[in-house]
Amino acid sequence: MRETIAAIASGMTASGIGIIRISGPDAFRVLGKVFRFANKNKTVENVRPNTIHYGHIIDYEVGSRSDGQVSDTRNRYVRNETVIDEVLVMIMKGPHTYTAEDTVEIDCHGGPFVMQKILTSVLKAGARAAEPGEFTKRAFLNGRIDLTEAEAVMDVISSGSEDALKSSLMQLDGSVRRKIESLRERILTEMAYIEAALDDPEHYDLEGYPEKLDKKLVNLLEELERLLASFDEGKLIREGIFTVILGKPNAGKSSLLNYLTGEERAIVTEIAGTTRDSLEETVRLGGLILRIADTAGIRSTGDIIEKMGVDRAMSLAEKADLLLAVFDSSRPLDGDDREILSFISGKKALILLNKSDLETVVDEAEIRKYSNAPIVVISAKMNEGRELIEAQIREMFFRGKLHVNEEIMLTNVRHKEACEEALASLRLVRDSIESGMPEDFYVVDLMDAYAALGRIIGEQVGEDLVDMIFAKFCMGK
Amino acid sequence: MPVIEEFCDVVVVGAGHAGCEAALACARLGLETYIFTVSVESIALMPCNPNVGGSSKGHLVRELDALGGEMGKNIDKTFIQSKMLNKSKGPAVHSLRAQADKSDYSLSMRKVLENQEHLTIRQQEVAEIITEDVIDNSDNGNIYKRIAGIKTVSGAIFHAKAVVLCTGVYLTARCIYGDVSQYTGPNGLMAANHLSDSLRANGIELRRFKTGTPARIDKRSIDFSKMVEQKGDDRVVPFSFSTNPEDVQIDQVSCWLTYTNEDTHKVIRENIDRSPLYGGVIKSTGPRYCPSIEDKVMKFPDKDRHQVFIEPEGRYTNEMYIDGMSSSMPEDVQFAMYRSVPGLENAKIVRNAYAIEYDCIAPKQLKSTLEFKKISGLFSGGQFNGSSGYEEAAAQGLIAGINAAQYIKKKEQLTLLRSESYIGVLIDDLVTKENFEPYRMMTSRAEYRLLLRQDNADLRLRKYGYQVGLISKEQMDYVNFKEEAIRKEIERVSGVNVSPTAEINTFLEGKNSTILETGAKLIELIRRPELSYQELAFVDRGRPELSEDIIEQVNIEIKYDGYIKRQKKQVLQFAKMEKKAIPNDLDYDDVKSLRIEARQKLKEFRPSSIGQASRVAGVSPADVNVLLVYLKQNKM
Repeated sequence: MRETIAAIASGMTASGIGIIRISGPDAFRVLGKVFRFANKNKTVENVRPNTIHYGHIIDYEVGSRSDGQVSDTRNRYVRNETVIDEVLVMIMKGPHTYTAEDTVEIDCHGGPFVMQKILTSVLKAGARAAEPGEFTKRAFLNGRIDLTEAEAVMDVISSGSEDALKSSLMQLDGSVRRKIESLRERILTEMAYIEAALDDPEHYDLEGYPEKLDKKLVNLLEELERLLASFDEGKLIREGIFTVILGKPNAGKSSLLNYLTGEERAIVTEIAGTTRDSLEETVRLGGLILRIADTAGIRSTGDIIEKMGVDRAMSLAEKADLLLAVFDSSRPLDGDDREILSFISGKKALILLNKSDLETVVDEAEIRKYSNAPIVVISAKMNEGRELIEAQIREMFFRGKLHVNEEIMLTNVRHKEACEEALASLRLVRDSIESGMPEDFYVVDLMDAYAALGRIIGEQVGEDLVDMIFAKFCMGK
Repeated sequence: MPVIEEFCDVVVVGAGHAGCEAALACARLGLETYIFTVSVESIALMPCNPNVGGSSKGHLVRELDALGGEMGKNIDKTFIQSKMLNKSKGPAVHSLRAQADKSDYSLSMRKVLENQEHLTIRQQEVAEIITEDVIDNSDNGNIYKRIAGIKTVSGAIFHAKAVVLCTGVYLTARCIYGDVSQYTGPNGLMAANHLSDSLRANGIELRRFKTGTPARIDKRSIDFSKMVEQKGDDRVVPFSFSTNPEDVQIDQVSCWLTYTNEDTHKVIRENIDRSPLYGGVIKSTGPRYCPSIEDKVMKFPDKDRHQVFIEPEGRYTNEMYIDGMSSSMPEDVQFAMYRSVPGLENAKIVRNAYAIEYDCIAPKQLKSTLEFKKISGLFSGGQFNGSSGYEEAAAQGLIAGINAAQYIKKKEQLTLLRSESYIGVLIDDLVTKENFEPYRMMTSRAEYRLLLRQDNADLRLRKYGYQVGLISKEQMDYVNFKEEAIRKEIERVSGVNVSPTAEINTFLEGKNSTILETGAKLIELIRRPELSYQELAFVDRGRPELSEDIIEQVNIEIKYDGYIKRQKKQVLQFAKMEKKAIPNDLDYDDVKSLRIEARQKLKEFRPSSIGQASRVAGVSPADVNVLLVYLKQNKM
């Protein structure tokens, strides 16, 4: 028997409405314990499924008066029950729900505290806290969604930014599917040709074919590589760009962070699956997420930063996706500055010239003597340059735009691995061609590539090859 | 009216390529067997193309031979030309194909049948199968249907413990060309017009398939100077592992190659409305593999010519088979179309091309053993099961025959896996996939074909033939000896090093192969595509003397080791899924989350394992997961 699970479905941010979802065979019983209909005539049992109801969530206590006195089926406010929140509940009967199980959704007033209290009450009433992704897992196991869809949903859930959401949704739309289908179709066509020639050697010969195939493989490999590169880009979008701010003491690192966060609250997040060895600030910059390493507490003003100096920042900088090098334009470049400039050469870095009220002594021309990295002039006080920084980062990582808008992006590790497998198999075909192996051996690895790509979209090989042979080639007597 | 009543163990209905193998297998396993045919003259008849083997079909014949079948031996005795196809490709797709002397083939097989102990030939149309209801005490007294025998058109009853249906294309057969339509089997032979009703009455679902054959033309009316001669191989390789290779080095006859042209295609296009296929007279499904010439022209309008092979029907006949131009066009169109082909301008047609329609079954009604799921003791093989081709038929006939015998002897049924044989692929495809056309074997259908080579069929399958009793102890001993010898020799070669002598480097230069700077492993040299185990004997002083077949295996196993290992790995994966059995009585309605289509298909096909379920069309990987979860939850 499956357990009934519950979780906050809307994320723990301070938004307008929070959603707590309960799913499983006991979902309705659990609701009966924690929910009081405003309309006294209604009970969980007598309302029609797939309807929405108004009422209150109470603070349920095991062994309390309400536990002993309130039956699961009768709807009655009991004295001394504490009301947590006024809510709307949606009662949905399986199997026509997301998980294919009986499901309840409680729409409450958003706010981490209230949501947490409601969830606690629900858990005390008999549900178990869902593990991350468990609703989706159930949906998958119950056959409601296929693997691609399940994974896309997982991405949506765990994504923090708008662009990640977009990428996940596009995947649901099937843009990855379409791309993979196109790659598979082309591999299949080649296999069909070889097979036709093997099956009917008197009608089709393979004279000069290996060279032709090799050229096609070069293209296929290129496209796969691009797809794989998009995974790294996707990862940057989803998980944020790991950023380290460099700059000698008093260059304006801490004010830069405040400046970057601007009006938006800096959110501290723990993103699953990424290892950290230092604290991070997650900063939104338009659609981008920057995970800025808190190099010894950048945000705290005072002497600590200065004491830690550049060294600690440097060691983190080695691992960073992006370096932001800050220079105070009111002071001439010194040895420390030049050290930073030489450190960032050849890395993805942005030079930020911090303009203060004082006279400018360092300009772009001066910097250019040492570095080719893009330069953005910022002014923390005037709040200028945010867009410029964002644009530069987009240029650097996503060639000017975020690819999600028009290109396919791999966002899932399983898909990435399958693509890598396909890539390796296609390379083996090229090896076979190069070493002069007979053509039928090509098919072994072409088929592996075809099958690997098929796993991404949940397709098996089946009769594909035979059907293609007959569709494309005039076979037989 | 008194009727004849006879008693025997097995009745085989039909004496085509499936029926012959089934009957011989049963009789050889000691069971009293009757084989029924509408005409003794039509035993092992080749009503269509005059060849045995070909790509992947050659594999089937080899496998059949390894298991103890007759087709390989019979074609070795009666072929008139032989070729190993795909010799320039890898060893997995080398495939033997022989031109048969049709009448010789048929006669020779008839002789084998006639002289087989425990086997009786009976010329009579079988009109009914006889079944009985049995109470199964081991299954809560449930009632099931069991075969009891057959009844002929004359009313004679033959009681039998098992029946094998191999009716080929004879069930309610109809031959068609143009608007001429005759209710006969091939070559005007009597059709079997009664059995279909009896099968339906016993709950067997029938459907209608179609196939076709080209015209036969008088050799004397053909101008061969306009064609390209196609000769057989200089050194002929026999089909059967038990044929002495020296016995098949015979004088061979030639085939001839010519092409259709725009004129041919114009004749066809202009008359396409008179084609029974396009005019709607023929509604049954034909094979994509053997398209009629009208099909080829209409479906591939871009091709400006199609190959036509002119093949002799035998050594002592002038009839030539026009391979590539099967048709059901009206007679006058046939004349015009054949005569538009270079070399056939003055062709005299002996027999018209025609299409034939017949009743057959959807093989999902069968288990992997080729026994009917709903009628115990009733087996079937060949075109009746929805396949096409002599070799496919023979392979199924043999398995159906073996399993009928095993059934009577209450021994374990023989089911070959996809990972060990083409026969396994063939039967698994038939019973798990929806076939909408006559099924033909192809090498691309075999996922693990690097392992399923025609050269190692004996190593793969002799053991099964031996287990059931069709293969002698001597034959089995040889396979065991061979296996050991191959293993030992590969082990020995693995330790041999070659030093960079002038001798080896001169040889390598001659082969356009990179010369040696330092010492190398012999095994690495053998793996170079341009070299082989055989050629490198001169640098391998300690090499023992081994027979040709062992040398061949050693060479292949070493050369393609990397690929072979990869496939073996895939087989391990495959075997895992194959081993996860699904209970026969699984209630798919209880598996809540299956998609509707998948549930229907699974109920229809009732796969025996998760592996088989995953191959059923309409069952997605998600459904397979659901099924796996269900089995696990219910500890099945």
